[in-house]
Amino acid sequence: MTKKQKKVLYRIIAATVLLIAAALLPLEDRSIPRLIAFLIPYFVVGWDILWKAVRNISHGQVFDENFLMCVATIGALFVGEYPEAAAVMLFYQVGELFQGVAVGKSRQSISSLMDIRPEYANIERDGQLEEVDPEEVELGNIIVIKPGEKIPLDGEVIEGRSTVDTAALTGESVPRDAAEGDTVISGCINLTGLLKVRVTKEYEDSTVAKILDLVENSASKKAKAENFITRFARYYTPAVVFAALALAILPPLITGHNWAMWIHRALIFLVISCPCALVISVPLSFFGGIGGASKKGILVKGGNYLEALADAEIMVFDKTGTLTKGVFEVTKIMPAEGTSEEELLMYAAYAESCSDHPIAKSIAARYEQAVDRSRIESAEEVSGHGVKAVIDGAEVCAGNLKLMASIGVKADCDPKSGTVVHLSVNGSYAGCIVISDRIKESSPEAIKQLKNRGVLRTVMLTGDAESAASAVAQKLGLDEHYYELLPADKVGKVESLLGQKSPKGTLCFVGDGINDAPVLSRADVGIAMGSMGSDAAIEAADIVLMDDDPVKIAKAIDIAQKTVTIVKQNIVFALGVKALVLILGALGIANMWLAVFADVGVSVIAILNAMRCLRISDK
Amino acid sequence: MKKVFDLIDLDCANCAAKMENSIKDLPEVDDCSVSFMTQKMTIKAPDGTDFEALMDKVVALCKKVEPDCQIVRRK
Repeated sequence: MTKKQKKVLYRIIAATVLLIAAALLPLEDRSIPRLIAFLIPYFVVGWDILWKAVRNISHGQVFDENFLMCVATIGALFVGEYPEAAAVMLFYQVGELFQGVAVGKSRQSISSLMDIRPEYANIERDGQLEEVDPEEVELGNIIVIKPGEKIPLDGEVIEGRSTVDTAALTGESVPRDAAEGDTVISGCINLTGLLKVRVTKEYEDSTVAKILDLVENSASKKAKAENFITRFARYYTPAVVFAALALAILPPLITGHNWAMWIHRALIFLVISCPCALVISVPLSFFGGIGGASKKGILVKGGNYLEALADAEIMVFDKTGTLTKGVFEVTKIMPAEGTSEEELLMYAAYAESCSDHPIAKSIAARYEQAVDRSRIESAEEVSGHGVKAVIDGAEVCAGNLKLMASIGVKADCDPKSGTVVHLSVNGSYAGCIVISDRIKESSPEAIKQLKNRGVLRTVMLTGDAESAASAVAQKLGLDEHYYELLPADKVGKVESLLGQKSPKGTLCFVGDGINDAPVLSRADVGIAMGSMGSDAAIEAADIVLMDDDPVKIAKAIDIAQKTVTIVKQNIVFALGVKALVLILGALGIANMWLAVFADVGVSVIAILNAMRCLRISDK
Repeated sequence: MKKVFDLIDLDCANCAAKMENSIKDLPEVDDCSVSFMTQKMTIKAPDGTDFEALMDKVVALCKKVEPDCQIVRRK
């Protein structure tokens, strides 16, 4: 509790004691001494409300909640309901205090969730370690990170070897190795060894500052539900106040008697005229959802995106780097008769050893052994075809079908997918090696989970050839796939898909943030993944998944749907209770106590409900 | 141009909404968002706007709605 809140608490306790005392005093009903006895607790607990009411009225704020509360309680004093007036003021303050504490607590727990801000950086000066503010560290400075410390700025390791924990950024504790030459990212925790790091980004450009900035600014992008509530609040209060006026004047005018009773009923209206429960609980729910998501390594740039994601209907994926690893690997070695696998791979590795093509690298990675250059007599690259080399006296050709055709070798090897390297040794066919991009282990599960969450169509877009695209689409169980697309075609495809969705549903595009920025911004929700440290992705996307795991998309939808459900519950609950109490009040069944509950009690319940957004199960 | 300001003692969510609405109505402001949760105000205005003069108006508007709330003005 803050100091301010504690003061209110003391006043509440004092007023409660005084109120009980006043009620116990044997004073005549509706007498001046009894009025004074109740006025004491009334002023003790409510003087600031009265003061604010006067002050705000002078600023022209007629529908100010303080003012309405004062009118209601002063009205109660006039109709002779002294205990009710004092008690309502007391309960109003209790409720406000509760609400303040609850909001403060939730704000705190959400910000602590997102607290990845490094407090200090160690700089070595004259052989001494000095703790400085990360913002003061300059480019090229050398910082020292001890085991157990947070990495304060992005940089490159120049000395030391350690493992770093990325849990604070990705939500999952996957230790990564860091050694000389590796880049380390701020916000991670150094686990085992001492690291010396050359700073490559100033604090304000570092990953941690970007993420904090993004999450803090997310509250300024408001969801539709939130805007609806603010608009609603603008009309709700005046409407209830005019209804109260009508209720106080019309029935007694018509019937000609019972003024006090109708005024009393009208006062009940004034007590529930504040829309606070709604106005607080809706943004709090979204903020909680965003906070909870960030804990799981899912950064959401605004409540509006969370809302849109909850209605995801078409999910469009980029292939390379999103559903697949984006790293080429040898997936198949298919030797022709008379050649062994080892032999084929050895010839391929030797032939390709002079090339830096990604294909050559993936073959070298698979071969694992060092290449003995003295065994290569000659090697020449045939552009667009492959390589011709003489190895151990044998003439080896490695390349595509065109190369095989040009030397008159018939290649009888037809793998259905991937990029194929055919080999011939001394003019006879030796077999082929298939290189392809591996599907991420979690991709099939991710697609399955999305289907379970109401995604109607899963679509894959790729620049690759048909065979590679269909193989992946089939393995993952995707509904549709489009291949051989240039980046501009992808935008066009997404636009035509946007035209096919239902009015309520949304289209999400998932990419790796590399050269798909236009598509990310064209989709209703652009999701970038695997972007630890990628500025472009953080910039262009609406939702950023910090790690490479596509299953996180389903998790993000879970969070979005839960948040939206809680928002709906709160709106229905708060409006329902208020409407009910308004009706009961007009009929004379509800009293002012119930009205106070409908006002502040509902707020507190709605806030507690909103806090559920923070808790995300790991299922 | 977009600027973010911290708010101190913004105690009521409805007041935040009222501030937001009245600032949005200023002719020189493109958009405004007051977040009760983060206690921050974001104001978007065309480039070249005299923010100092604009902020005087904004402060006056906020004072009307919630006199206890302070806007932290920084560069």
